[in-house]
Amino acid sequence: MSAPDTAKPAFRFRDLSKMFGGGQSSGRQVGILGALVVIVILFQILTDGLTLDPTNLINLVNQNAYVLILAIGMVMVIIAGHIDLSVGSVAAFVGIVVATSMVSWNFPPIVAMLLGLVIGAIIGAWQGFWVAYVGVPAFIVTLAGMLIFRGANQFFGNSNTVTVPDGFTFIGNGFIPDFGPAFGYSNGTLILGLLVIIALVWQEIRQRRTQSLMGAESAPVWVSVTKVVLLVLVAGGATYLFATGRLGTSYPVSGIILGVLVLLYSFITRNTTFGRHVYAVGGNWHAAELSGVKIKRINFLVMMNMSILASVAGMVGVARAGASGPGDGTGWELDAIAAVFIGGAAVAGGIGTITGSIIGGLVIAVLNNGLQLLGVSNDKVQIIKGLVLLVAVGIDVYSKRQGKPSLIGFLTRKRPGSSDDAPTSGSAPLDRPSVEPTGAPAESSSRPSSITPNV
Amino acid sequence: MALSEQAAAPTILEMRSITKEFPGVKALENVSLTVQAGEIHAICGENGAGKSTLMKVLSGVYPFGTYDGDIVYQGKVVRFRDIVASEAAGIVIIHQELALIPELSITENIFLGNEPRRFGVINWVEAKKRAIDLLARVGLEDDPDTQIKNIGVGKQQLVEIAKALNKNVKLLILDEPTAALNEADSQHLLDLILGLKGRGIASIMISHKLNEIEQIADSITIIRDGHTVETLNVKADGVDEDRIIRGMVGRVLENRFPERTGEIGEVFFEVKNWVVQHPLTNERMVVKDSSFTVRRGEVVGFAGLMGAGRTELAMSIFGRSYGTFISGELYKDGKRIYARNVSEAIDNGLAYVSEDRKALGLNLLDDIKDSVVAAKLHKIAPGQVINHVEEYNVAEAYRKSLRIKTPTVDEGVNKLSGGNQQKVVLAKWLFTDPDLLILDEPTRGIDVGAKTEIYGIIRDIAAQGKGVILISSELPELLGVSDRIYTIFEGTITNNLPASEATPETLLKSMTSAKKKVNN
Repeated sequence: MSAPDTAKPAFRFRDLSKMFGGGQSSGRQVGILGALVVIVILFQILTDGLTLDPTNLINLVNQNAYVLILAIGMVMVIIAGHIDLSVGSVAAFVGIVVATSMVSWNFPPIVAMLLGLVIGAIIGAWQGFWVAYVGVPAFIVTLAGMLIFRGANQFFGNSNTVTVPDGFTFIGNGFIPDFGPAFGYSNGTLILGLLVIIALVWQEIRQRRTQSLMGAESAPVWVSVTKVVLLVLVAGGATYLFATGRLGTSYPVSGIILGVLVLLYSFITRNTTFGRHVYAVGGNWHAAELSGVKIKRINFLVMMNMSILASVAGMVGVARAGASGPGDGTGWELDAIAAVFIGGAAVAGGIGTITGSIIGGLVIAVLNNGLQLLGVSNDKVQIIKGLVLLVAVGIDVYSKRQGKPSLIGFLTRKRPGSSDDAPTSGSAPLDRPSVEPTGAPAESSSRPSSITPNV
Repeated sequence: MALSEQAAAPTILEMRSITKEFPGVKALENVSLTVQAGEIHAICGENGAGKSTLMKVLSGVYPFGTYDGDIVYQGKVVRFRDIVASEAAGIVIIHQELALIPELSITENIFLGNEPRRFGVINWVEAKKRAIDLLARVGLEDDPDTQIKNIGVGKQQLVEIAKALNKNVKLLILDEPTAALNEADSQHLLDLILGLKGRGIASIMISHKLNEIEQIADSITIIRDGHTVETLNVKADGVDEDRIIRGMVGRVLENRFPERTGEIGEVFFEVKNWVVQHPLTNERMVVKDSSFTVRRGEVVGFAGLMGAGRTELAMSIFGRSYGTFISGELYKDGKRIYARNVSEAIDNGLAYVSEDRKALGLNLLDDIKDSVVAAKLHKIAPGQVINHVEEYNVAEAYRKSLRIKTPTVDEGVNKLSGGNQQKVVLAKWLFTDPDLLILDEPTRGIDVGAKTEIYGIIRDIAAQGKGVILISSELPELLGVSDRIYTIFEGTITNNLPASEATPETLLKSMTSAKKKVNN
């Protein structure tokens, strides 16, 4: 970690993009994170401070935890080049089975939860089999699954609503239990917040150490410091708000489940061979196959994982509502897909991140919540959400066509003549017509047109 | 062209000093072509010489303004904006890959984009009547309602010509028209082209099959490395195959190939009686009973025309990634090995660098370091968890040893030039620590400087005692880098000779005829 070269300008706007994440989609993530901050501040002002009120924040987490859990699985499905339309129905079916198992068969909640996960895994194996080994496009398989498991939910529950016992609602409505000396704050939340802050600082230090081990150019120290300070402020502020809510409330359990899953899956996608292979399959499955990646197995596991997470989301949803009904989970798949695309994933696969999708989901959540607080009716909320999705992806597509990574990328682009300009696009193959001035984005021409990499 | 201004027959087409550049590559430089009315004019040259590019300039695929030079057609300078414009003028190109829609009928394909209609409604009766007439002219007796997917390639070729005739073609361009046809279909097609000539339609034909050219062409223009070499009049100049080959190969090889260092060792890799079937067409064998050997430290070249089965042979050996495996055996160090899928092939020390690095070799969304470790990720991921520092160090080491020009290995591979992308692909496969490295057209589409570097890398790999198979369409490259060369023709290995004894002429002969003379 050498001190920043004094010859360099003290502030380069481009360094900002290094602040959050790396890789080719980082510019987009910064953009969407900025949008989230703007939306939060906007609604905070418009609602006279209601948005960042503890009770509202708790609602926000509880109401959206299941969609964000779905988004974690969905982004992996979309990175691999597929889609899953069945998650709402799968969640509903798992929900009714779990509820019935507790009410009619007297399963203890913990056993019922395990049952739910197993059912999710079985459903996922079923869908993964069709997608990966038979080669039916995931769109079709999961469209069928959407019908099958919606019907199965209503068949199994006779279209009735089943109320779940209190022991189960904990995962959807519960809070970190309070303990220790009482001085007006939730001690559990404070400890959690402290852990998060320590983790954030440690993570940044570790990242810088890794970079220096690689001999790579780290972002200037001020960038890291600013980043950590910002994150700590956000985490600290959130901790304070959650800890000072109504008596008996604190940070919600569903939020803890979400947080653990985000950490776990971020690690999987970033640091494991499986995660790397998911990106490889989505980016260019021909090349992945010729590199020895077992693409059928990857597709199978990705689809299976999605259904397992759908079962988790279904159980959290049932716990929150206190009951499982025939209409549960309707439209969840679309919320999750919207979150993923707002979060910067590419429709054609190969690009996307867990954190991006969570941020995308939070944008929708805050928008939803803020508009409701303002008393905007549901019809208008839907119109606004639709437009946000369209504009967010529209900006992304437009900026990619211009050969720029994103709006942020445009602002932070290298000026011509800077010494480290990389050669652009390389030599065009002789037999390919390329009349465009700079050539279409390379990835669009190389990607196989089929969405199912099996035959 | 030094031809006299007023030739005997009127000139239908004259392309004057055509120059076409791609970023970093001059595909055509001052190429000229003169076609007389009603003649069959062949264009010859090695793969990559610029034949197809020239035809794309002529047919408007590369529109006016993207090239330098003039096209004079029927006495006027023409500036085609696109294919539609050139077809309106009567110039129709039939590409090597046929542009027919398999699910539509013959009639629908003939009139696609050109339907006889009234008030926007297609007159199918009229269309069918005309289709029957057109089919009769090309000698095709099938029902015009037959779907394209149900007729063979030979007949599809005839449908393409019928389609061209419907457009009132005056100058027909055929790009490798017989490449995918059998003897009988080829002969029928050649007769048809001669018949069109009788009706005053001029043809430009690109072909590698020199016997066909000798048979039907009136004149021949030879292109080499984007330059016109000469134009020959078949009858007056008494042209034969050897004469054409001499023109195609031309100049003496320059000294751009590295020294052959290192010892050639024992035979360590053997392929025996390898048979592979086309993935879609049953009973069409793309590799027929092929056997060959590779020694340690040896670069073995494979010469063959496009579609001869070189890539198919290589990919089927590499984990059966092409076609349907029928039979054959692999031996390494005398022991039978199995490579039933790619990861088995990699584990057995095989590596395959594809001819199409953008579609098959790289994930263009990845950065350099991800790409380098992609084929053997577990080497840097103990317990499935990737060691990012190790990954970086590996990529950095290859960046230095292969001299990949990039600011950092965090750069996306899509930002690299072709030559540097190819080095990344080489690094990716060297990282798997292969015993046998199969290189399929490793220098395609990259500039001369980078080519020389790649040649050096190939010889270095061999000098480390590994075996290298080099598949290439460029004969100078094969002769300059290989130690021994096999030729392959229509899926059969037709010759095997040391590079020191091979000449472009002998190779081309074995690449274009089925006469088998393997001396193992």
